[in-house]
Amino acid sequence: MKQQIVISGIGGQGVLFVTRILAVAAIEKGMEVLTSETHGMAMRGGTVISHVKVGPFTSPLIRTGQADIGLFLHAGNLEVHRLFLKPGGMIYMNAAKGGDAEAIDATRIAREHGSLVIANLVLLGFAVRQGRLFCDLATVEAVLKRISPVEQLETNLVGFKLGIA
Amino acid sequence: MINHSEQRILMGNEAIGRGLVEEGCTLAAAYPGTPASEILSSVVAFAKETGAALHTEWSVNEKVACETALANSMAGRRSAVAMKQVGLNVAADPFTRATYLGVKGGFILIAADDPGPHSSQTEQDSRLFAHFAKAPVFDPSSPREAREMVAEAFTLSEKYEIPVMLRPTTRVCHARQNVACRPPQSREQKANFEKNPGRWVATPQFLTELHRLLNGKLDRIAKEPAFNPVLAPGGGARPQTCIVASGVAFAHASELLDTLGPEGRIDLYQVRLAYPLHQPFIEEIRKRYEKILVLEETDAVIEMQLGDGLVCGRGSGDVPRQGELTPDVIEEILRKFLDLPAAPAVSAAKKGIRPSLCAGCGHRAAFYAIRDTFPAGIFPSDIGCYTLGMNFGAVDTCHCMGACIGQGAGFYHAYAAGGTDFPTIVVTIGDSTFFHAGIPGLINAVFQGARFILVILDNATTAMTGHQPTPQLGVRADGSEGRKVFIPDIVRACGVRRLREIDPYDVEAFTAALKEADSFIRSPEGGIAVLIAGHPCIVNRAAREAQVVFAMSITDDCVGCRACIDTFECPAILFDGEENRAGIDQNRCIGCGVCVHVCPAGAIRAEGEKR
Ligand code: SF4
Ligand code: SF4
Repeated sequence: MKQQIVISGIGGQGVLFVTRILAVAAIEKGMEVLTSETHGMAMRGGTVISHVKVGPFTSPLIRTGQADIGLFLHAGNLEVHRLFLKPGGMIYMNAAKGGDAEAIDATRIAREHGSLVIANLVLLGFAVRQGRLFCDLATVEAVLKRISPVEQLETNLVGFKLGIA
Repeated sequence: MINHSEQRILMGNEAIGRGLVEEGCTLAAAYPGTPASEILSSVVAFAKETGAALHTEWSVNEKVACETALANSMAGRRSAVAMKQVGLNVAADPFTRATYLGVKGGFILIAADDPGPHSSQTEQDSRLFAHFAKAPVFDPSSPREAREMVAEAFTLSEKYEIPVMLRPTTRVCHARQNVACRPPQSREQKANFEKNPGRWVATPQFLTELHRLLNGKLDRIAKEPAFNPVLAPGGGARPQTCIVASGVAFAHASELLDTLGPEGRIDLYQVRLAYPLHQPFIEEIRKRYEKILVLEETDAVIEMQLGDGLVCGRGSGDVPRQGELTPDVIEEILRKFLDLPAAPAVSAAKKGIRPSLCAGCGHRAAFYAIRDTFPAGIFPSDIGCYTLGMNFGAVDTCHCMGACIGQGAGFYHAYAAGGTDFPTIVVTIGDSTFFHAGIPGLINAVFQGARFILVILDNATTAMTGHQPTPQLGVRADGSEGRKVFIPDIVRACGVRRLREIDPYDVEAFTAALKEADSFIRSPEGGIAVLIAGHPCIVNRAAREAQVVFAMSITDDCVGCRACIDTFECPAILFDGEENRAGIDQNRCIGCGVCVHVCPAGAIRAEGEKR
């Protein structure tokens, strides 16, 4: 099994956390994994992207037109990072309306539950539920339980479950 | 199938940190800088986890970090120092001499390069620096390999008593991969400094001999069979050609060749020790091939050592001479080299959102007051989050750590030459940067009679690189308590006679202080006026929760002038083009109330206290 995933957002939205969850989920499944992240200045509210490659890869970066799946936490990034997706690649997007992408209004859902910071997990739950990602709901939930900081765990699980619902 | 009981997902920097702890490093020092910052914090974390005893520190700058680690090595103990590539410029002095004098306990200097660059002021190749300083340098292609090279580097360093460089790039530092974790090895490493003035003091008379010894070491290292580049054979499909690659460029190339199938079958060598390049390898491949493509970042180090004639690389124009070798760039190079049709062109993507100071950042308040008070001022600044002040015209220069103070003086001398009519120069520097390299500049500026306003943006942390503490905070890298060193004390000790500390959130008071400082620097007895703009970084949750929160709104008085957007750029103020008016994004607004001062129409309201 080989899968290439991009996670796109703006600094502060929790792109790195979603990246880590997927990476740990890959080891749980006994797969090799390589990811690449944006750090530094761009994390101050600028556009950021992570690459996740599950399976026997050597390069941490995804080439143009090679990603199987894109998770977009910020709809405006579609024009910036869409080029990573292969034709027919799946896009899961945080937006009220998705166009040709599968959309969920993760920001609204997260805000309604009083914690904007879990929008990333709402989108993740939504994406995992579609069944195209290499990992299943149970694995991701287990990983989330393991790597969430204690004080954040409950909120994180709520976010994830809201995405699945 | 991986046995995941010992496998962990580690970032390249964490893998290096883990390696240092497992290999029995006894002292690790660093100054934070992207992409190297997480190395030391993971040494701290893994040491705690495994109970390994070692001294860790965020040093005040890279030079001090390097010197501290070198002395620990002179005492026979394994040592490491980590920095970003430009940090090596700061540490250049101790490092270049260290190769001549050699080391005792294994010594690794980790210099993380940033091709692209993603968050640096140059694209310099630290491997070239290693070549210049005559130090062997490892070039890892993945987090896992970076981890392994820590062990190899210690062994090599001890075998030849030579400092060794480990040079990861951003894509290795910030890649994550499953890495096997082992318990740390226990090594007996009692401090034992053997005096030897001819070596550790080495006056010029000793140096030719030390240099001869160093050259001899390098010659022998260049013949170490362990560093013969590894061949992935192409199966003879393209017998006269080969590719020689290192670092993450090797990782990209190897994967690309795989995806090209039979077309991609060609001999591929991975260079792990980029300098000195394995001597028998150079001779052999020059005989065996007619055309050699070299893929390496960021400059021509392997290429230079391979010699002229056969190499396709930066010199021949086959590889771009600047910028990152991304997989897309490498694909284009490979297709050309292998005579394959070019990949279909992709139209350029839209640019993303530029970064900006956080909503409620104290720096923004200070910058707003500075630019508003001195519309004709000159604003030298420096490296940190606050460089983002350029987004709204409050930062005119950014050069290298601490440079702004020297620049402030230089601008003063330039304008004041022969007269008293000079623009107000307001220099801004962060607290961590001030400690790092601002102090000598300030002493010099005072002594040389420069006149400018120095604003020290004191947010009580090194925010941009992940909130490492400064000496003023009194917390060391491992969380233990250290004696606090206060910025105001330093400023006074530098000879500054006018100093005020003020919270920039109080825009009126801050503006008044700026005006007062301006009259001071222009007065007959004037010189340098220092304002310490103290407001904790609001990313610090405790600090944010301690401050007053206003309920913010924008009334119908908004005339749509965009002043709050263009001159202030708080990410929590959004402009609705259709309605032609500004609005507060309540999700992002932290209720600092500073923007009230910005609206010429008085439309921004701060009410009461939310809680
Ligand atoms: S809120 Fe004030 S500054 Fe902002 S656009 Fe409206 S009138 Fe201009
Ligand atoms: S109060 Fe104004 S300046 Fe402060 S965070 Fe909110 S919108 Fe930004």
